[in-house]
Amino acid sequence: MTPVAAEGDGTEADLAACPECDELHVRRAVRPGERARCTRCGTTLYRRPRRRPDHMLAIVTAALIAFVVANTFPILVLRAQGILSEATLLGSVAALWTEGQEPAAVLVFLTAWLFPLFDLLALFVLLLSVTTGRRPALYAPLLRALQAVRPWGMIEVLMLGVLVSLIKLSRMADVVPGVALWAFIALTVLLAAILSYDLRVLWRPVPHQEAAR
Amino acid sequence: MKALTAGLRVCLVCRTVCHAPGDGMGDDRAPVRCPRCGAAVHARKADSLARTWAFLIAAAILYIPANLLPVMRTSTLFHTSDNTIISGVAYFWTSGSPELAVLIFTVSVVVPITKIVALAFLAWRARKPFRADAHPLGRLYSVVELIGRWSMLDVFVVALMAGMVQFRSFATITAGPGAAAFGAMVVLSMLAAHSFDPRLLWDHHGRSDDAR
Ligand SMILES: [Zn+2]
Ligand SMILES: [Zn+2]
Repeated sequence: MTPVAAEGDGTEADLAACPECDELHVRRAVRPGERARCTRCGTTLYRRPRRRPDHMLAIVTAALIAFVVANTFPILVLRAQGILSEATLLGSVAALWTEGQEPAAVLVFLTAWLFPLFDLLALFVLLLSVTTGRRPALYAPLLRALQAVRPWGMIEVLMLGVLVSLIKLSRMADVVPGVALWAFIALTVLLAAILSYDLRVLWRPVPHQEAAR
Repeated sequence: MKALTAGLRVCLVCRTVCHAPGDGMGDDRAPVRCPRCGAAVHARKADSLARTWAFLIAAAILYIPANLLPVMRTSTLFHTSDNTIISGVAYFWTSGSPELAVLIFTVSVVVPITKIVALAFLAWRARKPFRADAHPLGRLYSVVELIGRWSMLDVFVVALMAGMVQFRSFATITAGPGAAAFGAMVVLSMLAAHSFDPRLLWDHHGRSDDAR
């Protein structure tokens, strides 16, 4: 099901309406990196991403690798009185769960692990089908799910949390940054690029020329 | 011209402009299915103000246990201490990291209460026509929507500390019930912001000057 926006299908393909104030605008072409703003309230109506889908695919792949590394190795290693203590993100979630803080464990698991991972995997599949020019039946539901989940992924907040814990813990013990800390920093940087890519271009009925290449 | 006046609706998922059912005028509450992405398209978010208020009230109630209950329990050989958000801020302030104290205080105390008050104000203003300019209100909504997620900071800090400090023999850190209350409060206030439809603010914009 890939409906094409054309005359007579109940849509106005050459119009855009502001999601914040409902003002109607006539669409015009924008150059890569440019955005069209609402004349009334200034909200971004649509934009043309600077990066091509195949570039984004490379960035998403790198982010997935960073995600795996960030969750495989300990974030920080603590040493106090000769004893080592270390934890991964999922180890921390498990600790919360066994301490009887199940709601907090679920919240951290979803916002810091599952939703960001789903975001990256879904975007990988979508960009892959855009660059190869074939849209599977799951394309539309997957893109909708991705847009619904995106606000709930909070890797950048987690990153700040890692830095605050690092400072807090360095008061109590010797703290050695783990491999995962560097992976988290890389992941945060890559995610900044990923989040700035406007997902709505993926709804365009025909993959634009740059994608076909 | 507004999309609503033209008998059109914008799909909030893919931003396609769709035709409204019937004559398109007025507040036809029946959603149309977006031809491009399949999402339900409402003229305005369904029951926007009722949902916003419900989530806001729940968030405001949880704000109290979130700040009063301990979020973290530190146990050493000699004593056990419970830390609330505020005592954590006080610890940073007195131990020579005032910038961290300000950061935690801002995202954990100031941001949630500001967000709840600002959304309540917007929901109240959107209910009936007013003579004021909608621009600052629209901007207030954008800011509120943007900053809310950062309140999760302390929940992540507690989770990481509890996961890492497990020296069974002499020091452990465990999470307290305040962490869950705090996280739930942040989620509810984010749901309140998602439920609010900023277009309601503009529906009254300038209307009192139109002499309707
Ligand atoms: Zn606008
Ligand atoms: Zn749509």
